[in-house]
Amino acid sequence: MLRLPQFSVETPSTLEAALGLLADHAGRALPVAGGTDLLPNLKHRLAEPEVLISLADVGELRGISVGADGALSIGAMTPLDQVANHPEVLARAPALAQAAGIVASPQIRRMGTLGGNVMLDTRCRYINQTHFWRKALGFCLKKDGTVCHVVAGGQKCVAAASNDTAPALMTLGGELVLRSKAGGERRMKVDDLWKTDGIFNKKTRLDELVVSVHVPAQRPGHRGAYGKLRERESFDFPQLGIAVRIDLDGREVADADVALVALQARPLHLKDVADTLRGTTVGETSFRDAVDKVAERAHQQCHPLPNIPGDADYRREMVPVYVRRTLLSAVGLGQRPVS
Amino acid sequence: MAARDLHGPNPPWAKGFSVVGQPQRKVDGLSKATGEAVYTDDIALPGMLHAKTLRSPLPHARIKSIDVSKALALPGVHAVITGRDLPERYGVIPWTQDETALAVDKVRFVGDPVAAVAALDEDTAVRALELIAVEYEPLHAFLEPEDALRQVEPKIHEDKKNNVSKHVLLDFGDVDAAIAGADVTVEGEFGFHSTTHAPIEPHCAVARVSPDGVLTVWSATQITHYVHRALAKVLALPEQQIRVIQPCLGGAFGGKSDPFSLEFCVAKLALITGRPVKMLYTREEVFYTHRGRHAMKLRYRTGAKKDGRLTGVDAKILIDGGAYSSFGLVTTYYSGQLLTGPYDFPTYRFDSTRVFTNKPPCGPKRGHGSVQPRFAFEVQLDEVAEALGLDPIAIRRKNFQGTHTQTVNGQRITSNGFLECLAAVEAASGWKERRAKLPYGRGLGVAGSMYISGTNYPVYPNEMPQAGVQLKVDRSGLVTAFTGGNDIGQGSSSVVRSIVAEELGLLPEHVRVVAADTDLCPVDLGAYSSRVTFMVGNATIDACRKLRAKIVESVAAKWEVDPARIVMALGEVVDLDDVTHRLSVREAFHLAEARHDTLGSTGAYNTPELGGKYRGGTIGASPAYSFTAHVADVRVDVETGRIHVDKIWVAHDCGRALNPTLVAGQMDGSVYMGAAETVMENHAVSARGLHTGPSLLDYPIPTTLDTPEIESWIVESIDPEGPYGAKEAGEGPLHSAIPAIANAVYDAIGIRLRELPFTPAKVLRALGEQAERVESRRQRPVQAAE
Repeated sequence: MLRLPQFSVETPSTLEAALGLLADHAGRALPVAGGTDLLPNLKHRLAEPEVLISLADVGELRGISVGADGALSIGAMTPLDQVANHPEVLARAPALAQAAGIVASPQIRRMGTLGGNVMLDTRCRYINQTHFWRKALGFCLKKDGTVCHVVAGGQKCVAAASNDTAPALMTLGGELVLRSKAGGERRMKVDDLWKTDGIFNKKTRLDELVVSVHVPAQRPGHRGAYGKLRERESFDFPQLGIAVRIDLDGREVADADVALVALQARPLHLKDVADTLRGTTVGETSFRDAVDKVAERAHQQCHPLPNIPGDADYRREMVPVYVRRTLLSAVGLGQRPVS
Repeated sequence: MAARDLHGPNPPWAKGFSVVGQPQRKVDGLSKATGEAVYTDDIALPGMLHAKTLRSPLPHARIKSIDVSKALALPGVHAVITGRDLPERYGVIPWTQDETALAVDKVRFVGDPVAAVAALDEDTAVRALELIAVEYEPLHAFLEPEDALRQVEPKIHEDKKNNVSKHVLLDFGDVDAAIAGADVTVEGEFGFHSTTHAPIEPHCAVARVSPDGVLTVWSATQITHYVHRALAKVLALPEQQIRVIQPCLGGAFGGKSDPFSLEFCVAKLALITGRPVKMLYTREEVFYTHRGRHAMKLRYRTGAKKDGRLTGVDAKILIDGGAYSSFGLVTTYYSGQLLTGPYDFPTYRFDSTRVFTNKPPCGPKRGHGSVQPRFAFEVQLDEVAEALGLDPIAIRRKNFQGTHTQTVNGQRITSNGFLECLAAVEAASGWKERRAKLPYGRGLGVAGSMYISGTNYPVYPNEMPQAGVQLKVDRSGLVTAFTGGNDIGQGSSSVVRSIVAEELGLLPEHVRVVAADTDLCPVDLGAYSSRVTFMVGNATIDACRKLRAKIVESVAAKWEVDPARIVMALGEVVDLDDVTHRLSVREAFHLAEARHDTLGSTGAYNTPELGGKYRGGTIGASPAYSFTAHVADVRVDVETGRIHVDKIWVAHDCGRALNPTLVAGQMDGSVYMGAAETVMENHAVSARGLHTGPSLLDYPIPTTLDTPEIESWIVESIDPEGPYGAKEAGEGPLHSAIPAIANAVYDAIGIRLRELPFTPAKVLRALGEQAERVESRRQRPVQAAE
C-alpha cells in the first residue's frame, strides 16, 4: 500500500478552534473534511502539510436548513449523500442534488462533503499519480516540476476543475460563506471563486474555511439537471460535467443557464444561453431548435484539453450531446441525471 | 506409474452421488466473508522487517553504477541488495530463463526492479529507496513490436540474435490450395490490446530463516512448486532447505503464475539479516509486474464452401511480449494450437511471432494465448456466414467437429458438448425471433470456443505425476487431504473436499484440506491452464479408492458379506442387503485401522500420451477440452458511441459439474472479465514507456453497474477421463464473450469492429465512416436513434 507522509493531526470541536489552528499553522496546515480526495493526494505527495486539521468533530459545519426566504443553507461538512437525498435540496435545487448524487461512489459520497467537493483540487492525468510515476515523467508545473505535459511549452497549469457540484452551484447563483480568524466572515459567489490556474484554481485564502454553501431561492418554475460523461457508472471523476437551470413561466422559458466542468482549470458558464432559450415554449419546436442552438454554441465554446483521462476530441464531440440531453432532462423530456 | 484416469466417470458402487453435483459452500467461504481468512499480508512475525523495491524510471537503459551507501547508512535500514546479490537467472519455462530478481547491468521497462531495501518499517524503507543513487545510460526504447522487429540494436536481451522472443510456424495440410478452392474467402486484420488481471490482493511475500537454516517463504502465488524450484536455483540452496506456503489468496487470474522478484528479495534479505522480511507490492507495482494479456496483431484468411463448410484457416500473428519471456513460449504456441475446435479445420496454418518490447512483461491471463485469436476468428466466421447468407449459429453447427475425434493439429477431442451449448444460448436468447430483427442500435451476436483442461506439457520435462494427493485418516472420523494444488479462489480445495466426502462417505465438513505447502503436500504443478479440477480431482479419486478398498474390506469381513454390498455415504456405512448392518464411518475407520494399521493413502494423476508428433505438438494437447457458446445482447448509443452490453447468455460444457455453484461462479466471472476487456480495460504505456495510469482509478474495471446481466447454462457432456466426467470451467467461459459482443454490435449498427477495445470514440469514428460510405452510395443516411 502507498504510505502517507508524516504529519500531525488536530481535531478541533468548534469552528473557532479550527480557524485558530489554521491561522496558527498558516501555510503549513491543510483542513481535511471527508478526506476522500486529500488522503490519496497526500499518498501521491501532491501536498506535504505538517499538520492536518480535521473538521470531523466540528458539528456546527453540518446540516441543511431552509431560510424564511426559501434559500438553502448547507453546512460545508454535510456529506454529499445527504445533499443528494435531502427532500428540500431535491425540491429546490435539483441540479445540485443530482450532481452531489453522482460524485464518485456510494461509500465516497457518505464520507465526502459538499464543502470538500467545491474545494476539490484540480486533476490531471500527469499529476494524480504516484511520486515514482511523476518523477519518471520528469514532474510538471503543478508540483515539483517546470514543464507541462498537456500543452507542449505551456507555462500555465491546465489541470481541470473536476468537481461535479461546482457548475450546479454556479447555475443556481450559489454563494460560499467563508470565515477566517483574521478576516472574519465573508460571502463569495461560487461564480467568483475561480482562477484560471490549475495549480490552485480558487481565490480563497489559506487561513479561510468554507463554513456553508448558500443557495438562494429559485423562481417558482425552476428546473435543473446535471449531466456527466464518465467511463464507468460509478467511481469516476467527470470527463465532462454539465449543470443546467431552466426557469419556466408556464411552459415558456423565462431564464436559463448552463455551466460546465472538467474542461480546464475553472468551471465555465456557457454564453448566450438565456438569450437563446428565453421565450421558447417547452414541447414546441421553438424550444427544441433553441436547445440545438445552445448545444452547437457549447461545441464552439468548449475545448477540452488532454488533461484528464478520456480522449479530448471525443470529450469535445460529447459537449453538444450532453448539453442537449441535460437541457431536455431538466424540463422532463429525458432521463435524469444524464450519464 | 500414476493412475491415468482409470476410474471412469461413474462411481463403482451401487448408488448415485451424494455430494458431487450438489451446491456446496467453499471451504474458505465463511472465513473470507467474515474477514478471518489469513492472506500473506496478514502474516506478522516477531522482529519482522519490511522491504521495498527500487524500480527503473526508464524503459530501456544500461546501469552504469548503483550507490547504496547512503541508504545503508540510514538508521533503521538492515540491508540493501542489488542485481549483483542475486545474479542467477530464472523463468518459469526452463528454456527461456531471462529474468533476474533485480536488474543486472540493464533495465528493460519502467518498473523493472533494480534494488531492494529491508528496514524496520515501510516508511524507513521508502526513505532508503530515495537515497539509492543509480546512474543510467538511456537506450532506444522499443514500444511497438514492429519497431523491435525492424531494428535489432540495442537488443533488449543481449544474448539473443534479435528481439524475437519466439517464432512458431506450423502447417497442417495444404492451406493455400484449400483456400484457393473455397467458394468464399474472407481476409482481415484484427487488433487485441493488452489487459491485466487486476486481482484485488497485490503480490506479497514473507520469508523467515529458522536457526537451523530452513527458509520458509509465504507467497501469494498460484504455483507453489515452481516458486520452490526457482528459489533453490536463484539462492543456490538445496530444495530440502526451502519450504513454500501459499496462504489464502485474493485473486490471481494467471497474474501470480511466475516466480516474482519479491519472493527472491524477501528470501535473500531474510538470509542476510537473520530476520523475517515481508514485501507487499503497491497497486502501482502490480501493474508494472503485470504478466497480463499479450497485445496481438492478427491477420486471418478463412475459406469456406457454399454450404458453409470451412476449407482452411490461415493466421499470421504478431505478439507483443513486453520485456521478458515469462510463459511466452507457451503463449506463442497457444495462439495457434488452441483454435482447432469446436469446428473442424480441414487445413490450418499459423505463423506466430512473439517480440520483446520495453514494456511490462506479458504472460498468462485467463484464457492464456487463445482469447485473442478466438476473437479474430469468431468475428471472421461471422463475416463468412454473412458472405454466404447463413445464420451465424447455423454456420457454427455446420462446422462442428464432433465428439471423440482428432483435430488437424493432432489434438485428441473426447467429450464435446458444443452443440448443446449453442442450442442453450440460441433458445435462451430468443435468437431466432430477435437476431437481425431488433430495432437499429440493438443487436445479438454469437460466438463459440474451446479450452484445455490442463495440458500434458509439464513445463519442465519429467516422468513423474502432474498431480499428487495424500490422505490421512483420524480416529475422530476426520480425513485430511493434502494437495499441492493452489486454491486461488477458484475453489480447488473445495473440489478436493467434495470428492473425498463422496468417496469415503463423509459429510463434507468432516474433510479438511491442507493445500499448497511444499513441506506437507505432495507436488502438484499449480493453478494454471485450467488443470486443477481435472488433474487434482483424478488424483484425489485415486487416493480415495485405495483407502476405501481397505475400509470396505474391513467392514465386509466383520459383517461377513460381499464388499460389493457395502455403501458409504454422508457419515454412514450400510449393507444394501441387510439394513441391520449399519456403522458410522468413524467406526468403520476404527475397524480398518485395527485390521490394516495406521490408515492413509496416496493418489496421483498423469496425462496419457497426447498431441501431435511434431515439435510443440504436446503444447496445448489436453486430456479433455471444455466448450463454450455465448450470445451477447447489446445496445449502441449512436450519439455517444457507447456500447451497452445488456445481457450475455453463456453455455459452458464443463463435463460433470462437481459443484454447480462454483461452476456458475467461474462462468459469471469469466463473462465479466471478457466484457470488461471488450469495452473498457486497456493496459497501455505512453510514448515514453510509462504506464498510462497504474491505478484502479485510471485502469477502469467494471463496477456492478457496468456489468451485463449474465445468464449461465451448464452443459454436462460427461467426459470419459475427467474426475466423474468433469472438465474445466475457470477460463473457457471467457473466450467467446468478446467476439459475441463484436458480432452483436454488427447486428445492431452494421459495423465490424476489429480493433479492441471498443471505446465510444472508436465506435463514433466507425459510425462516421459508415455514414460517409452510405452517402457516397447516395443512399439515405443512417438515422440516429433517439
